[in-house]
Parts: sequence; structure tokens; C-alpha cells
Amino acid sequence: MKNDLSAHLSDSKLRVGSYEFDSRLLVGTGKYKDFAEMRDALELSGTDCVTVAIRRVDLKAAKGESIFDYIDRDKYTILPNTAFCFDAESALRTARLARELLGTDLCKLEVLGDTKTLLPDPIATLEATRILAAEGFTVMVYTSDDPRLAVHLAEAGAAAIMPAGSPIGSGQGVLNPNAVRIIQELVDVPVIVDAGVGTASDVSLAMELGIDGVLLNSAIALAQQPLRMAAAMRDATSAGRNAFLAGRIPRKLYANASSPAEGVIGGQPSAAPTV
Amino acid sequence: MMLTVNGEARDVAAGMTVLGLLEELSLRPEIVAVEINGELALRAGHGTRVLSEGDVVEFVTLVGGG
Repeated sequence: MKNDLSAHLSDSKLRVGSYEFDSRLLVGTGKYKDFAEMRDALELSGTDCVTVAIRRVDLKAAKGESIFDYIDRDKYTILPNTAFCFDAESALRTARLARELLGTDLCKLEVLGDTKTLLPDPIATLEATRILAAEGFTVMVYTSDDPRLAVHLAEAGAAAIMPAGSPIGSGQGVLNPNAVRIIQELVDVPVIVDAGVGTASDVSLAMELGIDGVLLNSAIALAQQPLRMAAAMRDATSAGRNAFLAGRIPRKLYANASSPAEGVIGGQPSAAPTV
Repeated sequence: MMLTVNGEARDVAAGMTVLGLLEELSLRPEIVAVEINGELALRAGHGTRVLSEGDVVEFVTLVGGG
């Protein structure tokens, strides 16, 4: 008889507003060598939610392929961002254009403070969250790792809180796991670490905190071998999530042997274990 | 008449519609969203929306991003 162990590995889906995702890894579509590499990396990452940006059409460029032609919309939910918006009004315009373009109410809201840090402007982010939520958007909001701000964003109607692990594209991982964990405790909507991932262990560590997901882009796209890194990120997400659900052992100062201390050859007969 | 299209001055025929301009620029309407003078122009109206002298038109699409 086949020993079916799959029930031991069951997990809930990632739910954001009315959307459901099988994967807890969200992947960006920027910085790949070409569209084909992006398509293959997305597939190997196991994601079913991909971010895109909204930009002016280049009227001078040769009219050719679009990224639209490389994202299977039956397979992936497209999450448009408001990247490189530095005030609430620009972010709102971008979100509305994205909704018209894609027919989606999803918005990865980014309202940034400056080009050097790309850290969010918390005041403008909160203001834009409130307006977009009122307009019916499912707002997944990029924010700092400040727990109280996360609470305000959730109260303003955010469908997911997405604290930066570290600055966008910095590859430093999650610099303040404590703050991220506190955010997870304080808000009822999903918490997804967005930005800062450098390698697979960053993803696993984030997932082991018990957060709901991780969003990354550069860590795959700019790796020496993006396709292999995509697979590594898929495995790291799964590993970290399973480790969290499994419940790790406590950290202890001293050793605790895995093998029995009794019945060692040459030891006392009375100490032999029963078999 | 003169328009501003994606930040650049552009001379187009009087009476040009949004859909007409998309076609003139060889753009695929299904992958472009349009803003006129800062207001979203819904796709359903592109065929009938006539542009006016001085209109500021933005054509946007998807690009790779994180």
C-alpha cells in the first residue's frame, strides 16, 4: 500500500482580498536579459503572482513584442506597481491607468521618498492607501518595517502590508526580523516582505518568521544564473514555510545528544536499553 | 493641430480620435492605456473621443518591474 504523506504537508493558500495564490513567492518582471529569460524564470520560481510596472509607450522604439506576450494570464495574476512615484497623486494616476490597462483592481502601491534610498514616504503612502481602498482597489502596500505605520495602513484599507526587508535592490535580506514579526502580530491582513532579498536563505529566514509571503525581483533577475536562482527561491520559500509550520526546536546553550547515552559498548550491563 | 503626446509636441490632423492616433502610431490598443489632460480615457470611448488642440495625451503600457 502506498504511504501517502501529502496530508502532512498541506498548507492554506495565500489570500489577499478576494485573490488566492498557491505560491507564497511573488516575483517581479524587471531586469531580465530578455522576455524569454523572464518567462522561464517565472515558471521555475513556482510563482503565480507577478509584478509589472506602468510606463509611457516609447513612441520611437520599433513596434515589436510586448511583455504582455510573455505572461500567461491564465497562469499568473498580474500585480501592477506604482514604482518610481514620489507623490500620492502620481501613484493614484498610475494605479488607475493600470486598472484600465489590465482590468484588475490589484495595486502594489509604492510612494517613495527619494531616488537614493527608494524608501517609502510613509505619510503619502498612507494617504494614497486610503484613497485607493475607497475607490475599490485591492491595495498591497510597500512600506517601511514600522509596526505602528503598518497598523495605520491596515486600518486605511490595505489588503496586504509589504514591509521592505532592506532597501530595494540592496540584497541585504531582512535587516529587522523583529519588526517584521511584530507587524505580523499586529495586523490581520497578510504580511509580505517586499524588497531587499539577496539570496535563498533570506527568503527562508523571512518565511520562518511566519510571514505570509515574499516578493522579490533583482535577486533572481541579476543572479549569475537567473533560472537556477528562480528554482532556489521556490525551494527556499517552501523550506521556510514548512519550517515555520513545523515549529522549530528551542535554542539551547549546551549539547543534547540525538543518540542514546545508554548501552554504549564497554559500559555497564544494567544501562542497556530495552529493545 | 498640435498635441503633446508622451511629453513631445506632435502635429495631427484635426478631428483625430484617440483610436485614430493609436493607429497612426502603430500602437496595439489592447496593451495601451490612455490619459488625456491628466484624466483617464476609458478604452470604450477611444473610437469616439475627438482630440482637441493643445491636449496633453499619455499613452502607457506594461514594462518589466518589481
